[in-house]
Amino acid sequence: MSARGFTRADTSILGRWWWTVDRWTLGALAILITVGMMLIVAAAPMKKGADAFHFVMRQGMFVPLALALIFWLSLQSPKTVRRVAVVGFAVALGLMALTLLAGHEVKGATRWIRIAGFSLQPSEMMKPCFVVVTAWMLSAHREDPTFPGMHIAIGLLGIVLGLLILQPDFGMSVVVAAIWCGQLFLAGLPILWIAGLALLAVSGGVGAYFGLSHVQSRVDRFLDPAAGDTYQITKALQAFQNGNLFGRGPGEGRVKEVLPDAHTDFIFAVAGEEFGMILCLFLIVLFAFIVLRGFFLAMKDDNLFVLLAVAGLLAEFGMQAFINMGSSLHLIPTKGMTLPFISYGGSSLIGIAVSMGAVLALTRRHPGRGDA
Amino acid sequence: MIRRKSAPAIVPGVDLRAAAEAARTAPLRVEGSAKTALETGRTRLAFAGGIFLLLFLAVAVQLINVSFRPDAERIARAAPRPELPVGALRADITDRNGVLLATNLPTVNLYADARLVRDPDRMADDLARVLPDIDGPRTRERLKSRQAFVYLHRHLTPAQQFAVNRLGYPALKFEDGEMRVYPQGGLFAHVIGKTDIDNRGISGVELRFDAALKAGEPLRLSLDIRAQTAVTAVLRDAMAAYQAAGAAAIVQDARTGEVVALTSLPDFDPNRPETMTPDAMFNRATLGVYEIGSVFKIFNTAIALESGKIHVSDRFDATAPVQIARYTIHDLHPQKRWLSVPEILVHSSNIGSARMALDFGAETQRAFLGRFGLLSASAVELPEVGGPQVPPAPWGQITVATVAFGHGISVSPLQVATAASAVVNGGVFHPATLVARAAEDAAPGTRAISERTSRMMRRLMRLVVTDGSGRKADVLGYRVAGKTGTAEKVVNGRYSHTAVLASFLATFPADAPRYTVLVALDTPKGTPATANFTTAGWNAAPTAGKIVAAIAPMLGVEPAADPFSGGDPKNGPLMVAAMGKE
Repeated sequence: MSARGFTRADTSILGRWWWTVDRWTLGALAILITVGMMLIVAAAPMKKGADAFHFVMRQGMFVPLALALIFWLSLQSPKTVRRVAVVGFAVALGLMALTLLAGHEVKGATRWIRIAGFSLQPSEMMKPCFVVVTAWMLSAHREDPTFPGMHIAIGLLGIVLGLLILQPDFGMSVVVAAIWCGQLFLAGLPILWIAGLALLAVSGGVGAYFGLSHVQSRVDRFLDPAAGDTYQITKALQAFQNGNLFGRGPGEGRVKEVLPDAHTDFIFAVAGEEFGMILCLFLIVLFAFIVLRGFFLAMKDDNLFVLLAVAGLLAEFGMQAFINMGSSLHLIPTKGMTLPFISYGGSSLIGIAVSMGAVLALTRRHPGRGDA
Repeated sequence: MIRRKSAPAIVPGVDLRAAAEAARTAPLRVEGSAKTALETGRTRLAFAGGIFLLLFLAVAVQLINVSFRPDAERIARAAPRPELPVGALRADITDRNGVLLATNLPTVNLYADARLVRDPDRMADDLARVLPDIDGPRTRERLKSRQAFVYLHRHLTPAQQFAVNRLGYPALKFEDGEMRVYPQGGLFAHVIGKTDIDNRGISGVELRFDAALKAGEPLRLSLDIRAQTAVTAVLRDAMAAYQAAGAAAIVQDARTGEVVALTSLPDFDPNRPETMTPDAMFNRATLGVYEIGSVFKIFNTAIALESGKIHVSDRFDATAPVQIARYTIHDLHPQKRWLSVPEILVHSSNIGSARMALDFGAETQRAFLGRFGLLSASAVELPEVGGPQVPPAPWGQITVATVAFGHGISVSPLQVATAASAVVNGGVFHPATLVARAAEDAAPGTRAISERTSRMMRRLMRLVVTDGSGRKADVLGYRVAGKTGTAEKVVNGRYSHTAVLASFLATFPADAPRYTVLVALDTPKGTPATANFTTAGWNAAPTAGKIVAAIAPMLGVEPAADPFSGGDPKNGPLMVAAMGKE
């Protein structure tokens, strides 16, 4: 590394962090969080009376926590990140099991657990930790074939999917399984195996269509809008049209009044209506930039663990963004998923913060590699 | 780094040949495999990156498509009726004959995109010309707001919409709306209730059947608009004539429990919000509970006869007031002699009723009042149902004695009518209902008293009208039977002698009752026509008579001679028959 980096690194932890962290990603994340806070103010359901900003205030409590988490994690070495992930994964699994016993039910699913007045969704914290643990297991197996990393990864996936399906949370099960397969693919799984997995995925999808009535209804309504109630997606599309290029202006949106999930699943439509297509395009570019920039950095790194972990974390981040935006735009069947850093929701914000903190930590330039 | 643990890293300065040689040995084969894995990973990651780039490009293209090219055809297909608000198909409510009582009118609401307004003052003036009831200053303020969506006026008529369009302002826009309309005005106000501005039921059957109405299921009520019109007109006249503070009337099918007419005054017009004062909104027939007074002697007498402990010819000492603990029970018209069961009812003797009740006891009294539905809230399909105020068990002697003549217990007028129907219809209790049902769907009902007791009660109640306090309720040919009740109201914690609730329970025809009528007048005043009396015989009884005279022909009750009478009513065969062995 350059002499400049070396001297800066010696002066202080903060200085070293500043000169080694990927400032492009850092900047993109900062912009994303800022835009997210602005959109929450626009989209959060208004309560009448003194508590009008209830949702904004709640989110406002989580954002500093998320920022602190990102910063703290990004200061850590890859080894510490791995340790944090292992501990976090164990704790999250425990909480998920507890959720099944003592959780509270919302809209037919038991995903939340009440801690100190806040509803927590442990599966959101589990996701990034699981990605890092899987990356570790796969890379360890690759570097030392005697190490049963592959078997451990398969076993852990089984446990995670089991807990998710018991909640039930099929959407997250699919995302988790897809990312896991993606990591396997990156870890050098033979093409024949990949074809087999793809076949499994297709048959799983077909099975879900015929076995789960709500999946079937959503797909049917996507393929043939006349087949059922498409109120939400119609309103969302109208919102984008109302917004046009520059939007109707902050607070002028109507879609948030008619869509119950305007502050979570359909926040992209609120953004489109009030701030216009240009801001939405900017958001898409930001998401794409963060993902691709991270992939690029992971490719440059000569460590398989870093590559698998960063790619997994960013793939999850990008997939979530794609599903959310695609749903609101009638590009794919609707699937409730939060838009990272934009949608309302403390648990998902914390989960994403863990992801991005880990990405920043793992993509730091390693002066002298001595800090591992 | 994990790599360093499994194999030594290639570090600068190591001899390349040594490294190449080392690559052939066993531990470094692993290193080589890891290297290959890294290369594979990099290639595949580039591939994954390409996929993500494509996905995000697809989102961007779709965003531009949706925002720029409003694909009208696809949007129209996506939403079969996007222009109509949710719940546009709220169903109609009709009376039992299918006459429309509540329906929906499609309307338009006027709004403005205030960003397009150039001259708010001129536009406000123009709007005020075509929509005279618009709020001028507020409209001006809204037009100046620069907001994309401001409501200006709800529910425009087609003519008004045309006039607004003719003004030619592009900023003025219309939104489809709907309005709940009650063609009969306030005639059914307390039964039907009201919807809010978003057409959700907020009272009456509009609230009780909100889900079904929203789902498009029409509601056919048991009410009959002809009877309702007649009852309301008679009651309104009576309320004015006796200067009462309020009034309620119920007509119920004695054989099925169906409510045919239900009026509570003062009432309101659901089309005119300014008429909806709290007093007018209060349903005196179902929500209000009152100490109903002597009408309760119907139930007391029926219980006495049904209990088997008391025979119709038994006599009770009414020579002097009854003392129970520190209370004294008086008669309003003291006869100062021993009275038979029919005489106790005809002369409305509190003393006699109390002595009868003390004879059959608290257990029997409670059991039968329960069977008459007087101890629990009416099952009628309204949200506005008042629960009865019943003294806590066990009932002591004073409670038993006062409940006998309708004091110490408060019930709603509808409960009284429903219980009386059970007494006269052959003894079967049918819960009150507001929904029209086919004869075969009618609830079977539960037996409250025997057929025999019911028959006797009809004779005794007919006697009250022919010989007792209910004479003014009689209608030639329709054989009205009934009972008066004048309950002193509690004013400032004491029973008042001037403020009363005057009521009359009528049923007709007495020989085979078809309908039960209950009239209640809240605090009527004495007038020259009533010889300054406020007792029920002078106001509620004639009102009930007028209602019977008006509705009996339209409900298909045939006039006939009185099968019970046939001699001098004073000491005629009815009284003899009633007292004689049966």
